[in-house]
Amino acid sequence: MDRIPILKMGRYLLVTIQVDMHDQLAMQLQEDLTARISRDSAAGVLIDISSLDVVDSFIGRMLANIAAMARVLDADTVVTGMRPAVAITLVELGLALEGVHTALNVERGMTLLHEKVAARGG
Amino acid sequence: MAEQVVGAGGLAVTAHASELPLRRSEDIVRMRQAVRAETIALGFGLVDQTKMVTAASELGRNAILHGGGGRVEVAHVAAGTRRGLRLVFIDQGPGIEDIPRAMQDGFTTGTGLGLGLGGARRLVNEFQIESTPGKGTRVMIVRWR
Repeated sequence: MDRIPILKMGRYLLVTIQVDMHDQLAMQLQEDLTARISRDSAAGVLIDISSLDVVDSFIGRMLANIAAMARVLDADTVVTGMRPAVAITLVELGLALEGVHTALNVERGMTLLHEKVAARGG
Repeated sequence: MAEQVVGAGGLAVTAHASELPLRRSEDIVRMRQAVRAETIALGFGLVDQTKMVTAASELGRNAILHGGGGRVEVAHVAAGTRRGLRLVFIDQGPGIEDIPRAMQDGFTTGTGLGLGLGGARRLVNEFQIESTPGKGTRVMIVRWR
């Protein structure tokens, strides 16, 4: 079965979504990530979506769910690289992704993640 | 001159009428890619492309999850000098009892956020829904270039 790879870097988990995900693949990623946060005692998760040219309500909800589940598991999540056209469309769709931290690119996302984790005394 | 068929709403279907199945979630991915290609062929800007593909994704998922599967008809349309893309989503599912309520944000019968119908309507220029309880639902959207 297809899976989105999850990379471990220190205390962080990194995911770059590079395919147009069908719904089961998105659900699988949500499950895999929460399992890995727990297993690896990850302090943070970075999800790069710069390759995605569409984020609909299903994928948007998955991102929000991952952030919420990570928070419960004591980890912070940052979503990076959202394309401007995707951002405009998501807001018009009615999904503002409240509660999801975002950064323009991976570099800024890592900086933000460090800050978030440090602020929690991690 | 291209063959023209005048459909509902007085739109002239100019070309490329095709049909895609909506049975499994993989079909949504395939449809998104097909709709993207059509918007590019019509010369849509990037934001317009993204809005149309996203609306298609929401309605395609509705047809699969709530309509038990169906199909989408894709056509280039014209009205006067305007050109656009029309998508018609058709399913033979249980239908929608209360359409105004189903259009509201937050309305959901299942696992979604309830943004599908209302959200899709905000992303397109024309939106028409017909539903017969027990028979199915037909949603037509148009986005102009």
